[in-house]
Amino acid sequence: MDGTVTLQKSRLKKQKSVENIFKTIFLIFGMFSIAFVIFISIFLIISGVPAITKIGFFKFMFGTKWASTAAKPSFGILPFILTSVYGTCGALLVSVPVGIFCAVYLAKMAPGPVAAAVREAVDLLAAIPSVVYGLFGMIIIVPSVRKLFNLPDGANLFSATVVLAIMVLPSIISESETALRAVPKEYEEGSLALGATYTETVFKVSLPAARSGVLTSVILGTGRAIGEAMAVMMVAGNVANMPGIFKSVRFLTTAVASEMSYSSGLQRQALFSIALVLFFFIIMINVVLRKLTSKGEVK
Amino acid sequence: MIFTEKRQGDFMSSVIETKDLNLWYGKHHALMDINMAVPKNQITALIGPSGCGKSTFLRTLNRMNDQIEGVRIEGEISLRGENIKNLDANVLRSRVGMVFQKANPFPMSIYDNIAYGPRILGVHKKKELDEIVETSLKQAAIWDECKDRLKTSALGMSGGQQQRLCIARALAVKPEVLLLDESTSALDPVSTSKIEDLLLELKKKYTIIMVTHNMQQAARIADRTAFFLLGELIEYDNTEKIFSHPADKRTEDYITGRFG
Amino acid sequence: MMDISGTNTSDAILTAKAGISAKRKAKIGALKGLMYFAAALTTVLLVGIIGYIFFRGVPHVTWNLLSTTPSLLTDNIGILPNILNTLYIIIIALVFALPIGVGTAVYLNEYATNKKLVRVIELATETLSGIPSIIYGLAGMLIFVQAMNMGTSILAGALTLAVMTLPIIIRTTQEALKTVPDSYREGALALGAGRWHMVRTVVLPSAMDGIVTGIILSIGRIVGESAALLYTAGMANEILTPLKSITPGNAGATLTVSLYMYAKERGQFDVAFAIAVILLIITFVINISAKLLGKKLKK
Repeated sequence: MDGTVTLQKSRLKKQKSVENIFKTIFLIFGMFSIAFVIFISIFLIISGVPAITKIGFFKFMFGTKWASTAAKPSFGILPFILTSVYGTCGALLVSVPVGIFCAVYLAKMAPGPVAAAVREAVDLLAAIPSVVYGLFGMIIIVPSVRKLFNLPDGANLFSATVVLAIMVLPSIISESETALRAVPKEYEEGSLALGATYTETVFKVSLPAARSGVLTSVILGTGRAIGEAMAVMMVAGNVANMPGIFKSVRFLTTAVASEMSYSSGLQRQALFSIALVLFFFIIMINVVLRKLTSKGEVK
Repeated sequence: MIFTEKRQGDFMSSVIETKDLNLWYGKHHALMDINMAVPKNQITALIGPSGCGKSTFLRTLNRMNDQIEGVRIEGEISLRGENIKNLDANVLRSRVGMVFQKANPFPMSIYDNIAYGPRILGVHKKKELDEIVETSLKQAAIWDECKDRLKTSALGMSGGQQQRLCIARALAVKPEVLLLDESTSALDPVSTSKIEDLLLELKKKYTIIMVTHNMQQAARIADRTAFFLLGELIEYDNTEKIFSHPADKRTEDYITGRFG
Repeated sequence: MMDISGTNTSDAILTAKAGISAKRKAKIGALKGLMYFAAALTTVLLVGIIGYIFFRGVPHVTWNLLSTTPSLLTDNIGILPNILNTLYIIIIALVFALPIGVGTAVYLNEYATNKKLVRVIELATETLSGIPSIIYGLAGMLIFVQAMNMGTSILAGALTLAVMTLPIIIRTTQEALKTVPDSYREGALALGAGRWHMVRTVVLPSAMDGIVTGIILSIGRIVGESAALLYTAGMANEILTPLKSITPGNAGATLTVSLYMYAKERGQFDVAFAIAVILLIITFVINISAKLLGKKLKK
């Protein structure tokens, strides 16, 4: 009798310790994400801050000239910041309206099979690797832009913006579509009962009702555009000019990537500083996004 | 269908008339040979157990069933002598307003909710809109409660207020007929009685057709009552008649609570 | 008709009742037109891009290309090393990301009692999913290549991508775990099973489809990734044995990186398009299988 009881007790004890071990393991796994975020931030800050202090914050952020390998080097990243801002805004200028109209069509108007086909197209567009977009841009968009505007070279801000617009489009469409589908049917019925046509209803009631989701899609698109490196590198020309629509330019992302392989010393440190600035932008976008989505949940 | 000679004469002042109206959802025969004339400036209540076709009938009157796939309608419905098939559905809906079971204000300000219909119909001058918003809210007896917060979201109002806002919103496009689809069923008794008072006031200017589950409500405010069962119009008469001396056994069973 | 509504009916409303005005019709028509245009543009873009890439690339997808290594001596171009490197990176990255990701999801959904901690972990995961790949590339270079002394290597690249795909696996697993009915859990716990036993025997098997979806989506992300690999896994084109692939210091270019090199640095566009075709086909297969699985999940 005593023997079986102790046996049971020891089994229970063993079970309990196994439980605790796994609980701890899962907790540790859970902490990894936090650790990674902290590590990435720390490493970027440690590597990025020295150059900024050496160069001077204002000189670095608002300097209009980047000549990292010149005899008297100059490290101003305003050209990159502005290029990223212009490129992103330009891309959104095209892809937001196109994306929203397309999303409305998919969510509210398209007959079943057509909607399924276009949705499939959108998903595939989202999944195409950025180097493939870059290649397409190099071979089709850059030469077309050169010919169309009669330029010596088509690799410029305009081409990059076009490529970004195409790349951002799918995320805007699919996010907005999801938001539009979530609009309660009652709103639409209410509008129809007032004599509005279905199209008017969709644009004047459904779309405003889905605005927080649509806005989220735009912010997501902004994040994607600002963070894109490879495709842009293949079509933007990569000269550290102040941005102009038909000028060869560098984005924040491509400024880092294009010099990294041969950089050293202060130049290398400055590249990390650029990455830090980019990281900061992305974190800001994430914060806005989080605010937006949590607001959406409250409703 | 039971008609007396005298009531046939009421057709003269009827606003909406249906003739041999039949409706199918796919294969399901949901409305059978409905003949009904709705008199002007009166409240007509449609009663009957769930699934009897009364809501379907109501939604046929402003062609809201057009939206649903697989619906087939035969027979004729006329609005002031005009076959509604020949009217544009959207135009029809601006003449025959509807308030739903669940209050459904749009997620925008109170003002924009009321101004929505007029704007769709082409009213854009601020002065005109202001005036329409004010009269509509006054007609729906909700002006005093919300005149100071017209620019705030309509979703912040109570359920009863939201429903009266929806009535105001329907009135803003100056309909001739107002359809109410169990519009008080989700409300507390106080809000319900406010809306009932409002309807009695509104019938002076509008013709009102309401679907209700609540027989007391029909008895309280309706001038005429129609009893539906399994897609058929069993009996349609003056409310006192229906509730005191129903001609049909099934009507009697229903109003005495023997089923439904 | 004036007396019906009783109020001084606005003229505009009265006219509107006669029929839909031409102006209103024009507006509706314009909105519809814009919708059709947007949907058509999106579809044409997709068909155009994919069609063109196949048109240019398919003739160059040859057995020789797929099965040989590049050699400057014989002027041969082959992408076998890149295919292998891509595979290595997928496998190594998943070996790390899968247990951590699934573990995190299990912790969040089955163990965590501290709401604050859950929120911090979720915030960290969201942050990770918002970081652009070029930043991952830099962080991976700083952390794995330099600080952990792995050198530019497949291993460093794979670890970088493991961190990058972590949020995908966490999210899909979490979604799958949420669909497991609580009654299953209660059933297992009522039988006296410990929490770990319940997770292992009841929860994880029911969430399997979701986890597999996460794996497929991660593979898609890894196959398409390039910016994060440029400075972590490097650009070498030699065949590596599996053992070498997990040894620090052995660099290797994946398909995407080699596409970039062939297109941008060497101007070998035929090869680039051939690689693009292969990438697109992989992307399609991944997209379709993820979708099929998702459908199965919904059932």
